[in-house]
Amino acid sequence: MADSYLKAVNSGVTKTLAKKLGLPRPAVLRRWAPGQPLTTGPVLVVGGRPGVEDDADRVAAALLGWDLDVRQVPAGSTPDPALRWGAIVAVMTEAQKPTDLSETVLAIGANLRNLAGNGRVVTISRATVAGDAPALSATRNGVDGFLRSLAKELRGGATGNGIQLTEAAQVGDPSVLAALHFFLSSKSAFVDGQLLKVGDGPSWDATDFDWTRPLAGRVAVVTGAARGIGADVARTLSRDGAHVVVVDVPAAGDSLARVANEVGGTALQLDVTAPDAGARILEHARARHGGLHVLVHNAGILRDKLLANMKPEKWDAVIAVNLDAQLRINEYLLGANGFSENPHIVSLASTSGIAGNRGQTNYGFSKAGVIGHTRATAPLIAAVGGTANAVAPGFIETDMTASIPAIARQVARRASSLQQGGQPIDVAEAIAFLASPGSTGVNGQVLRVCGQNLVGQ
Amino acid sequence: MATSKNQTTPPAAEAVIVGGNRIPFARAGGKYSSASNQEMFTAALEGLVARYGLQGERIGEVVGGAVLKHARDFNLVRESVLGSSLSSQTPAYDLQQACATGLEAVVTISNKIKLGQVESGIAGGTDTVSDAPIAVSEGLRRALLAAGHAKTLGARLKAFAAIRPADIAPLTPSTDEPRTGMSMGEHQAVTTATWGITREAQDEIALASHQHLAAAWDSGFFDDLVTPFRGLTRDQNLRGDSTMEKLAGLKPVFGKNLEGTEPTMTAGNSTPLTDGASAVLLASREWAAERNLPVLAKVVDAETAAVDYVHGHEGLLMAPAHAVARLLTRQELTLQDFDFYEIHEAFASTVLTTLAAWEDADYCRTELGLDAPLGSIDRERLNVNGSSVAAGHPFAATGGRIVATAAKLVAERAAETGRPARALISVCAAGGLGVAAIIESAADGSVSTGSTSATGSTSATGSVSTGSTSATSTTGTEA
Repeated sequence: MADSYLKAVNSGVTKTLAKKLGLPRPAVLRRWAPGQPLTTGPVLVVGGRPGVEDDADRVAAALLGWDLDVRQVPAGSTPDPALRWGAIVAVMTEAQKPTDLSETVLAIGANLRNLAGNGRVVTISRATVAGDAPALSATRNGVDGFLRSLAKELRGGATGNGIQLTEAAQVGDPSVLAALHFFLSSKSAFVDGQLLKVGDGPSWDATDFDWTRPLAGRVAVVTGAARGIGADVARTLSRDGAHVVVVDVPAAGDSLARVANEVGGTALQLDVTAPDAGARILEHARARHGGLHVLVHNAGILRDKLLANMKPEKWDAVIAVNLDAQLRINEYLLGANGFSENPHIVSLASTSGIAGNRGQTNYGFSKAGVIGHTRATAPLIAAVGGTANAVAPGFIETDMTASIPAIARQVARRASSLQQGGQPIDVAEAIAFLASPGSTGVNGQVLRVCGQNLVGQ
Repeated sequence: MATSKNQTTPPAAEAVIVGGNRIPFARAGGKYSSASNQEMFTAALEGLVARYGLQGERIGEVVGGAVLKHARDFNLVRESVLGSSLSSQTPAYDLQQACATGLEAVVTISNKIKLGQVESGIAGGTDTVSDAPIAVSEGLRRALLAAGHAKTLGARLKAFAAIRPADIAPLTPSTDEPRTGMSMGEHQAVTTATWGITREAQDEIALASHQHLAAAWDSGFFDDLVTPFRGLTRDQNLRGDSTMEKLAGLKPVFGKNLEGTEPTMTAGNSTPLTDGASAVLLASREWAAERNLPVLAKVVDAETAAVDYVHGHEGLLMAPAHAVARLLTRQELTLQDFDFYEIHEAFASTVLTTLAAWEDADYCRTELGLDAPLGSIDRERLNVNGSSVAAGHPFAATGGRIVATAAKLVAERAAETGRPARALISVCAAGGLGVAAIIESAADGSVSTGSTSATGSTSATGSVSTGSTSATSTTGTEA
């Protein structure tokens, strides 16, 4: 979907005009392309203490392993005005009291003017846990408010996101590094102002890991894959090396076949609300591809109505497709021990399920329900070495949002820190990350892909 | 693949049916009115490729055709392959045997697989009456050719001068029999009257066709046999709410001038003109296993017959009666040895005249050369998921529709009962042609005899024990 405003403020005389008038100027976001460097420039690591082997050093070492130009600078130093940081990584894991972080956040601030367009700020801290001393809890929770506020100050397509270590997770853990890799890369273009909890899930060997084909040899099933976000998810998982089974209702079979043929996968015409949907998905994945590693619950429908006018069929259809089908399929697959080793379930939630949306009581219920079952499924699937997570898209440019009236659409687009709608590929990239072996430490989480939409958390 | 005589003779290679795909059939002038044969057949292939993950695969051969065909479509099937996601190294050729085109393509490919000449093949067909070729008159054609050959302006003008006003009228394709000038419907009306088939019996067949097809759609039977095309998600001609009363209200359209008879054939119990395409994936068992593909059935045997409807007394569409008789004799089977009968409904009465002929001792003796009549069939096993009266009949596409449906039916039945299931297919065609084929369920291990020498009516129970034991002992990929 063309965002003509975004084009206008980024080119020609309208660009100058928009600048002079002080109009919102959404940036053209950098998105992933083959062979692209991970960041647009050198990476600054802040938060380290001189002369001590600390977490900041461990992070810097990992970044060096990715062939990045990594720098650590003394506190209070002023950067070269010509320098453009591709990313600033702030390591805050060892802070015990609020004042411990002053130096680190001010170091970020001193370098913000040198952050490149589409640059990245990533904080790495520890999540609060029960039993934290008040000062420790304050410190850790403070990062949350700091990061979200900072993300709102960034411009030019730059984003700010945080990794929160839980349990015994350490900064050098493969899962932590995988999350860092995702947030630094252009694959997280529309993820902004988010804090992702990363635990010490099942061990995962990152040695010689091929970051260009993280899903090599894995079998992925994507529901609702005939068009929109689902089709892009199928393309992205295929790009990352997965054998993809695309699923959609029989009536969408022609576009489903096109997607299957494009990604070299197989098409399964199936209504996910069918009582035996789980069994048929498993049978197909096993018989044709030898297993089932990744399940993306993307199929979803809208039947918007104010609750006062809600017809039973409109309520029921949304709950059946968006929520009940996911529950039933998960229950079957977990019950039948249907998943192969280290499985990943990724379900589509929505910001409507977090913040609510007028006219979407049914949709909001279903999407909040998805978040609920994702949290509850997490420990169940962890028992077999897997993860269950959700992705909550905000305003994404699809056929669905193209049908929103023009003015409302423009308002919705600008109501985020990135001042634009996301693309289906942005949602697909987040799903691909959560479906990859690197995400084993991320479980029961909801990752928003919303450009830091102003609604909800 | 040659096997030397002094080795243990391996069982003859099998040709198995992996699955099929078709687009929903549209009424003439309906949803596909601007779709060409090539577009439709490509769509059928693409759905098949998507279902079985055949992207970039070099298939042994793709064989199919169209009955109503443009001159530009001389390489219709190869061009469709080139426009598909199959490997461009997949050979293809066109085949045409009127309404039996699709079934003949299945037979041809299965024979090549059994011979070891190819490991895999796609058989199918496509037809459009909406996008049918229109030719110029013979007079105009000769004038245009003469003008093309002319060396001088004068000679060219002279050639054009030979055109008469009547030559300007285009020639639309006709399904009339060239040798009799009678339409197929009029031919069948004669046969219908000869066998005394009633209007009510025909309407019952038509109603069952609609009801069975509608039920099959509702149950999801076609979820893995059909891929929508151009916004059509079900067969357009299907009327699941049809009733005997509605059918009884229709005026007869064929046989109205047959002396001494009441016309019985209506638009309701005849097949409508239809657009559509179908494709069936066949392979050797090994080829399918290497690609983790399912195996629904195997093609056991087939027979083609032709009758003399021009000089003789036989009905135009009676050839399948002969083909089936010869096929049963060769296979040492009786007409009753089948779980399913798929008899193409060119007209409801075609099914009924064929069944009547098999029950008629006199006919079976004099026409089919049999000592005893073939007998009657259990009508509960006839066209159980509907046939052409309801689905429509895009001529060359019908064979693929029937074979894929029958293959899935026998596979499901065998899975339910644990015993092999068998289907008899018969398709009549213009020119007094008819093709019959036998297919048998062939899930791994369920039929272990390999070759086709089943012994009469006991064969089904005879191979049960071997079937189920080998099914438990092997895990899908023998060989």
